[in-house]
Amino acid sequence: MTDSTHAFDAQTTVPAGVRFARSGPSYWRSLEEYAQTPEFEELLHREFPSQLDQWNDPIGRRRFLTLMAASLAFGGIAGCTRPPQETIVPYVKAPEEIVPGKPLFYATAMPRGGYALGLLVESHLGRPTKIEGNPEHPSSLGATDAIAQASILSLYDPDRSQTVMHRGAISTWDKFMTEMAAQREKLVASRGAGLRILTETVTSPTLSGQLRVLLEELPEARWHQYDPSARDNVRLGARQAFGQDADVVYSFDKADVVLSLDADFLLAFPGSVRYARDFIDRRRVSSGKADMNRLYVVESTPTITGAMAEHRLPLRPSQIEPLARAIAGRLGIERSASAVKLPAGVSEAWLNAVVKDLEEHRGTSLVIAGDGQPPAVHALVHAINGALENVGQSLSYIQPVEAQPVIHHQSLVELLADMEGGRVETLVILGGNPVYSAPSRLGFADKLKQVARKIHLSEYDDETSFLCDWHIPAAHYLESWSDARAFDGTATILQPLIAPLYGGKTAHEVLAVLRGRTGRTSFEIVQAHWRQEMDDDQFGTAWRKAVHDGVLRAAERIDPSRFRVEASGGIGRRPQPEAQTGSGTVEVEFRLDAALGDGSLANNGWLQELPKPLSKIVWDNVASLSAATAQRLGVENGDVVEITLDGRSLRGPVWIAPGQPDDCLSLTLGYGRTRSGRVGNGVGYRAAEIMPADGARFAVGASVRRTGEKHPISTTQSHHAMEGRDIVRVTMHQRVTDDSQSATPHSDELPSLYPEYEYTGNAWGMVIDQTACIGCNACVVACQAENNIPIVGKEQVAVGREMHWLRIDRYHVGGLDNPETYFQPMMCVHCEKAPCEVVCPVAATVHDSEGTSNMIYNRCVGTRYCSNNCPYKVRRFNYLQYTDETTPSLKLLRNPDVTVRSRGVMEKCSYCIQRISAGRIAAKIENRPIADGEVVTACQQACPTRAIVFGNLNDPQSQVRRLKESPLNYGVLAELNTVPRTTYLARVTNPHPDLPMPAAAELHGEPKVHADPNKAES
Amino acid sequence: MPQVFHPSTNTVARASVFGGLFLIAAVVYAGNAFLRSSYVTQADVVRDQPVPFSHDHHVAGLGIDCRYCHSTVETAAFAGMPSTEVCMGCHSQIWKDSPLLAPVRESYAEGKPLAWTRVYDVPDFVYFDHSIHVAKGIACQSCHGPVDRMPLMRKATTLHMEWCLACHRHPELAVREREDMFKFERASTRQAGTVADGTFEIGPRFGGDHELANQGQRLVQQYGIVTKQLTDCVICHR
Repeated sequence: MTDSTHAFDAQTTVPAGVRFARSGPSYWRSLEEYAQTPEFEELLHREFPSQLDQWNDPIGRRRFLTLMAASLAFGGIAGCTRPPQETIVPYVKAPEEIVPGKPLFYATAMPRGGYALGLLVESHLGRPTKIEGNPEHPSSLGATDAIAQASILSLYDPDRSQTVMHRGAISTWDKFMTEMAAQREKLVASRGAGLRILTETVTSPTLSGQLRVLLEELPEARWHQYDPSARDNVRLGARQAFGQDADVVYSFDKADVVLSLDADFLLAFPGSVRYARDFIDRRRVSSGKADMNRLYVVESTPTITGAMAEHRLPLRPSQIEPLARAIAGRLGIERSASAVKLPAGVSEAWLNAVVKDLEEHRGTSLVIAGDGQPPAVHALVHAINGALENVGQSLSYIQPVEAQPVIHHQSLVELLADMEGGRVETLVILGGNPVYSAPSRLGFADKLKQVARKIHLSEYDDETSFLCDWHIPAAHYLESWSDARAFDGTATILQPLIAPLYGGKTAHEVLAVLRGRTGRTSFEIVQAHWRQEMDDDQFGTAWRKAVHDGVLRAAERIDPSRFRVEASGGIGRRPQPEAQTGSGTVEVEFRLDAALGDGSLANNGWLQELPKPLSKIVWDNVASLSAATAQRLGVENGDVVEITLDGRSLRGPVWIAPGQPDDCLSLTLGYGRTRSGRVGNGVGYRAAEIMPADGARFAVGASVRRTGEKHPISTTQSHHAMEGRDIVRVTMHQRVTDDSQSATPHSDELPSLYPEYEYTGNAWGMVIDQTACIGCNACVVACQAENNIPIVGKEQVAVGREMHWLRIDRYHVGGLDNPETYFQPMMCVHCEKAPCEVVCPVAATVHDSEGTSNMIYNRCVGTRYCSNNCPYKVRRFNYLQYTDETTPSLKLLRNPDVTVRSRGVMEKCSYCIQRISAGRIAAKIENRPIADGEVVTACQQACPTRAIVFGNLNDPQSQVRRLKESPLNYGVLAELNTVPRTTYLARVTNPHPDLPMPAAAELHGEPKVHADPNKAES
Repeated sequence: MPQVFHPSTNTVARASVFGGLFLIAAVVYAGNAFLRSSYVTQADVVRDQPVPFSHDHHVAGLGIDCRYCHSTVETAAFAGMPSTEVCMGCHSQIWKDSPLLAPVRESYAEGKPLAWTRVYDVPDFVYFDHSIHVAKGIACQSCHGPVDRMPLMRKATTLHMEWCLACHRHPELAVREREDMFKFERASTRQAGTVADGTFEIGPRFGGDHELANQGQRLVQQYGIVTKQLTDCVICHR
C-alpha cells in the first residue's frame, strides 16, 4: 500500500466478482462504476432504476381497466365535493407577541453526549417547527449539524414513551412519587446505602448541583456515569500527560498545519460545528487571503475529515500509536527505541514531510488524537503540541466541562460489581440506555436482575426500560427547563418550546422526588440553582437575559504553563497490553455512527434515511473493509459475515470502503435496536455485542467468516451518476494565488432557442464553495425539516425514490486503496434556460420574474417529463403517499409556509421560496430593496462552514455576486447552456510540495478552472 | 320493399345534428353556470356563526375601525381575529346581559375559545398575505365588499383565481390612496373601469373615468408595485 496511488494496481485491489476495466485517474462514484459492470450501465440509462419491476405483476388488462374506470368515477365524485368548512378559533386572551403566521424564535441548546449545541428554535403558534443555530453561541455561530436538525422530528415521534410504566403495567407519576416517598424514609435511615444513580455525561450545573446535595444527604449513595459516546481515552490521556483533568479547546482559526490521528474533528467532536467553521475559514482562498491551511489525516475507515485532507494515510487503529511515537521521536520528545520504527504502510517521505511541516509551523500547527485512540496516543499528542509551542496558541486547556469527570467505563464496571455483589438495592437510571449501549460482555442486563428496585427515566420505553420496574417518560430537550455546557464551557439555560406532549419528566424532577421534594418543577429547580450563582439584586434581569440570549459565561482558559510534558522515553505507555487480542487476523474498530450517533435517536426516520457521508448507505450499518480484504475473504458488498472477537460474535453485512486500510473492519454503534420504536427496530446489527470488555474502541485478532447470506443494502451512491463529465473541479492553492492564472471569465454566449428574458428586479442565485463543503449532511436534514420532505423507507430508496431535495454527491479519484474524495452538494440549480419547464404539458413548473424555477404543486399532474428532461437529476416524485398525513403529532411538525405534497406530485429545491417570499413582503411593505443576507436558505443557514451563499445577483455589493466573479466559479454541466443560477467554486487544495499532488488536479487543465458558466468546454 | 326510413326522419336527423351540438353547448353552459353559482362558490351566502355579529352595526353604526378587531392586518399574512377578551372589552359594560352574547360571556368565563365559521377560505396551496395588500393600497372593500352594510357576514366574491388575477394583472384599477384603506364607500358612479365577472375593462368606452385611471397608474408607481411580478405563479402558490 502506498500513500497516494494514482495508477491503479489491479493485482492487489480487485474484489471478488468485480471486473476492472480501466485505469488511471478519473472520477468514480461506486465500485460498480469503477468496474463498469453491466448493472451499473443499466442503472445509468434509467431515470429511476428498477421502477419497471413494480409493474411486472400479473394484473391483467381487464383488472387494470376495472381499476382505472373505478378510480376515474370515484375521482370525479371526489372532485365535486366542496372543500371542508373551516373554522377560525381565536384566543380567549391573546398572549403577547404571538401573531398567527409570524414565527417566534427562542434560544435553547441541544445536549448531546452531555455537551450543548446552542440553538434558536422556530415556533409557530406554540409548536416548534425548525431548529437553527444560535449565532451568539460559541458552539454554533449560527450553524447546526444533521443530528440537531433532525432532533425536532424526535420531539413529535409518536413512538415516544407516553406513560409511566410500573412492572409492565400503566401507572402514574403520582403513584411513583408515593412509592418514592416511602422509599425515601428507608434511604434516609440507611444514609443512602444501596442507592445508585446512573447518568449519562453530566455538564448541567443544576443537575450536578442536585446530585451533590443528594449525595451529601445520603453519603452512602453513589453516582455513576456511563455514556457510550464518553471520551474516556481523552480524559485518561490528559491524566497521563499532566496528572490532572483538563479539556482541550482547539482554535483552528490559528492553525496552519493540522495533523489528525484518527480524529474526526469535523463531525464527531463536541464542538465540531464550531471547529468546522474555524477550520474552513482558515482554508478559504476566495476571500482574498493568500495563505491556506493544510490537513494531514491518519485514519482507518474513511471519514469526512479524511476526505478534506490534503494527505490522507489509511492506517489500522492499532498502528497509529507507533506512528505517533515516531513523530514524537522525530520531534525529539520521545526517546524510546520504538520511536524510530515505522508502521507498515507509512513511507519515510510522508513522515518527513509531516514533521517538517509541523516544525516549520511552531505555534500555528495542531495535532489531534481521536476519541478511539488509546490514552497513550493522547498523552503523546499533548507532548507534541507542547513541543511545537501550540499550547495557548492553536489550542488551550480549560477546566473539564463535565461536572464530575470520571472514566465512564470504569464507573460502569464499579457499578456492575456492586450490582453483582448485591450492594445495590435501588438503581435510578437517568437517561441513557445501558442495556443496549454497554458492551454485552459486561452483562449489564443480567446483573440488572439482581437489583431490587430499578427506575429508568427515558424518552422511549426502550431495552433498559423493559428490564426496569419503573419507567418514567422523559421530556424531550425542547420540552424541558434545564441547562448544559458546551465544549468550551459556555453554559446555556435550556427553555422549553412546548409543554411535554406526553407528560414527560426531566431528570431534575426525578431527583427532586428522590430528595423528597415532590411537586417541584424543573423551572423552579433550574431557576433556584442560578439564583445562587447570579447577582441577587439583578437576578430578574440577569435570568431573563440569560434565557433570552442562550449564552452564559464561558470557562476560563487555564494558564498554559501548567501543562507541560517533559521529553522522556515511552510517554503514556501503559503497563498492560495495548489491545485485546483474539486468535483471528483482522482488526475491528467501533465508532459512533455518522448519522445515528450512539443510537439514542434510532427511531428518527430522517437520520435513518440520511445517506452516510461516504458510503451513502441508508437504513443500515455495515462492516466496512478494504477491497483487498474483501477479496481475501471472498466477500462482496452486502455479503453477511460473522465477526468473532474473543468468543463473541455478530453477523452483519460487509461494505467495501475505498480508502479503508487492509485487514481492518469498521463497525458502527447506534444500530441493532430492538425497542427503539417502529422506525428503528431491527435495523442493522448491534456492535456492542462484541465490543471489548475493557472499553477499548478497537481490538486486534478478530476472525471473519462468510455465512453465504446476502443482506440487501440501500444506497443513494450509484443513482444520479453523471457519466464521467467534468462535474467536480479541483485546483491547487499555488495555482490560484499565482496572479498570471486568474484570467477573467469568458462571456461569449452560446446560441439558444429559449426566449431571452431580462431580470430587472432581484435575481436569485447561489454559489457553493467546494473547498468549504465538508459533506456533513447538516444541509440535507435542514432542507428536509424546512420543506416538509417525507422519508420513503429502505425499499423505496433501493429503487431510487428518495425524496431529499438536496443531496451531497461524493466523487472519488484515484485507486481503491486510498482515493481522494470530493463532496458536491447538488440540488436544483435553477437554470435560467430550464429544460424541465418547456416539457411540462400543464405549465406546473415555471420561472418567476426573479429567476427561480418553481414547482406549482396544485397544477402538477405527475407526467414526470420534467424529471426526464432534467440534466441534474434533482427532481423528486411522490410515487406513493410518502407523507404521513394522519398521525396527529406529525401534523404539528410541518412548516406551515410550505405545501405538504401528496402522491403523484413532482417536487424539487425551491431556493426556499417561502423565505424569499417572506423577505420580499417585509421589504416591500417598507418600500426598500431586500438587503444582502436578509433571505437565507435553510441549507445555507445550517451549514457549519458557510459553504453555501445565496443572494441577489443583480446587487453588485452582494456576497454571492462577488463569489460569482471569482476565477474558481463554474457551472456544473454549463456546456448544456442551461445557465444554472447555482454555480460552484472549484475545490482548492494545498498539498505539501514534497508529496504527490492530488490526482484530481491533474485531471483538469488550467482553463477548466476559469471556465465561465456560459462558456462551453472545449 | 318499402323504404326503411319515413321521410320525416330527415327532419329528425337534421334536428338531432343541430340539437346534439346545442345540447353539448347547453351542458357546457349549464355546467359553467353551476360552477359559478353561489351554490358552489358560496358567494353572497350568509354563514351561521356562534354569535350573529353585525359588521353593519359595529362599522357603519359605531364607526369602529377594522383594525380594532383585525389587528394584524397591516403586519401579518393573517388579518387576525379578535380574542374573546377584545369583545368583552366593551361587552362587559354594554349589552352585558344580551342573550345573543351568551356564547361570548361563556367563552370568557370558561376560557373556551369561540369557533367562528370561516367565510373567506382560500385553498391550502394559496398563500395569501393581508399585510402586503394593505401596504400596497388594496382596501378592505376591494375584496371583502361593503362589509359596513353586512348585518351578517358573507363572501362578496367568488374567490375564483380569475378574480384574483384581474387585479394582479391590472393593479392600477384597484389601488387606492393609503388613507382610504379602511374606509367603505358607497357605490360611486366614478370608477376607473368596469368590473365584469373577473375581468377589468379600462377606459371611458366601458364607463371608466380617465382621472381615476391615471390616479391608479400614479399610485402603482408610487407604491413600487411591479405588475409583471404579480402574475408569477409563486406569488401565491408554492
